[in-house]
Amino acid sequence: MVKEAVPLTEQTFSGKETKPVLPAVGNIAVKCTKCKEILYTRDWEKDLKVCSRCNHHFRLTARERISLLVDLDSFVEVDADLASIDPLHFATQPPSYPDQRTYAKKLEDEQRKTGLTDAVVSGQATIEAMPLVLAVMDFHFMGGSMGSVVGEKITRTVELGIDRRIPVLVVSTSGGARMQEGLFALMQMAKTSAALAKLREAHIPYFSLLTDPTTGGVSASFAMLGDVILAEPGALICFTGPRVIEQFMHIKIPENAVNSEFVLQHGMIDAVVHRRDLRSTLAQLLRLYSPA
Amino acid sequence: MAYDLEFEKPLAELEKKIANLQRKGERLKPEERFQLQEAERELPQRTREIYKNLSSWQTVLVARHRDRPYSLDYIKLMCEDFFELHGDRSSGDDHAIVAGPAKLDNQIIMLICQQKGRDMKEKQFRNLGLPHPEGYRKAERVMQQAEKFGMPIISLLDTSGASPALVDEERGQAEAIASILSVMSRLRVPVIATIIGEGGSGGALGIGVADRVLMLEYSIYSVAAPEAAASIIWRDSAYAQYAAEGMRVKAHEVYKLGIVDEVVPEPLGGAHRNYQQVAANLKEAIQKNLTDLKQLSADELLERRYQKFRTIGKYTRSEAPVT
Repeated sequence: MVKEAVPLTEQTFSGKETKPVLPAVGNIAVKCTKCKEILYTRDWEKDLKVCSRCNHHFRLTARERISLLVDLDSFVEVDADLASIDPLHFATQPPSYPDQRTYAKKLEDEQRKTGLTDAVVSGQATIEAMPLVLAVMDFHFMGGSMGSVVGEKITRTVELGIDRRIPVLVVSTSGGARMQEGLFALMQMAKTSAALAKLREAHIPYFSLLTDPTTGGVSASFAMLGDVILAEPGALICFTGPRVIEQFMHIKIPENAVNSEFVLQHGMIDAVVHRRDLRSTLAQLLRLYSPA
Repeated sequence: MAYDLEFEKPLAELEKKIANLQRKGERLKPEERFQLQEAERELPQRTREIYKNLSSWQTVLVARHRDRPYSLDYIKLMCEDFFELHGDRSSGDDHAIVAGPAKLDNQIIMLICQQKGRDMKEKQFRNLGLPHPEGYRKAERVMQQAEKFGMPIISLLDTSGASPALVDEERGQAEAIASILSVMSRLRVPVIATIIGEGGSGGALGIGVADRVLMLEYSIYSVAAPEAAASIIWRDSAYAQYAAEGMRVKAHEVYKLGIVDEVVPEPLGGAHRNYQQVAANLKEAIQKNLTDLKQLSADELLERRYQKFRTIGKYTRSEAPVT
């Protein structure tokens, strides 16, 4: 049975509501950041923020993503109060750099901007009445970068899945590890991967959904460890970003290199799924992989 | 070995003075003989002073010194009977990761090491010490073999990061690292990792999920190479020095953060001044930790290793801000 996903506008958020960050072209219309088409906001939202002309999938906030994927009002957030600190007192700045905010200040600003404590929202929910635990990243909070809080919340989500013996879903969107947390950020790769190794031993399924962009330390840890790995169309998915690849190799790489379709072609993920089919696909997977 | 780093200039001058005086040999005047003695006494003293207060960036330069001993140098000096294993049994063999069984005194161990190259030709051969996905897959294969035969794993970390070329993306660099991180966390044999030079990003961590993590005194360990971090934070790799300082890359700083368990001392003026000495120090540290770890059952090892990484991270509890 394939269900039509409910458009975002017809859903309410069970958690704290945050304002979606819209590309600014006023209220009535938005401009596609890819093909420059002008889209009516109402149509665009009904299309789940996918461009009707070029199929460009706009980035969603974590809360938009949750309401898109799970049953209405089924989401119960956990660890909503875990917040980042500045563990290294990262205060060094090149004097000539225009933005002189410290990491602590930047965190405060990002929290105010997004209404989140860090770049991930986690909890429990159902999809077509089947329970799962999930952690959903948010690119709008410091580029979805992974520091202590992201690593901790993902790890707790996985451990919750082990405790309750229910499947785990992580939706990734991240520029990689958060440099300002130094080795604490790097070690979250080891921490999340270790938790997932335990999940595997417990024979509980783990689904990983990659959205634009999934790169660096996030792609090289929990994002690529799914029993089933899905990606939205056209998402940037790589370990090294295209800019760095170009610098290293002294060549120009094609615009569509290292995206969802590229990694699918190279055997790194299982499927590229359109946003409107995500919920039904996840429901199908939950049915097929339900622990006996 | 010459003092050739920028901050070693006073040492280089002293060394030059000593060399000039020594060249005179028997023709030294009495006051010159006195000067020579003074200079010879001053050199180690000044070296000690300078090396005691190395800045983050200066440490980066020492960690990257072209004469710094690399993994194969340590293997030669610490082990006997090393047999190198090649290939990931799937697509190729990576030369930036060297692996294989060896004897460390009376113990058979499995070595898994990142290897840089010294001259142009070897640098190319080793891909500048930047491992390809097949390197991590070889390492993973060899680790599982070590587990099968009950050999403790000794890994040496020395890379600024994983290889960032397009072919590496095609072959799944991200998956290769993710997979080995998760496999390492569950190996039922003792694992000791040592950062011997540069420990940069997930590329280094790829062989660094261990029961004990050691770090040589003037090596560096960071979430990304300082240049990469600077270009991420400030969009310009020229700010690398600021990034190195902010990220706390020095061994004693990393130790204070609780990320590594032990700092292994280096000889005066850095590892490159005395290969034998630093290899002996490292060997002693590995032996000691190995003896400790062998007391634990496999289940205890696994639980402790899990908790070791599980507990890394700093955060607080606070209400979500209101927008």
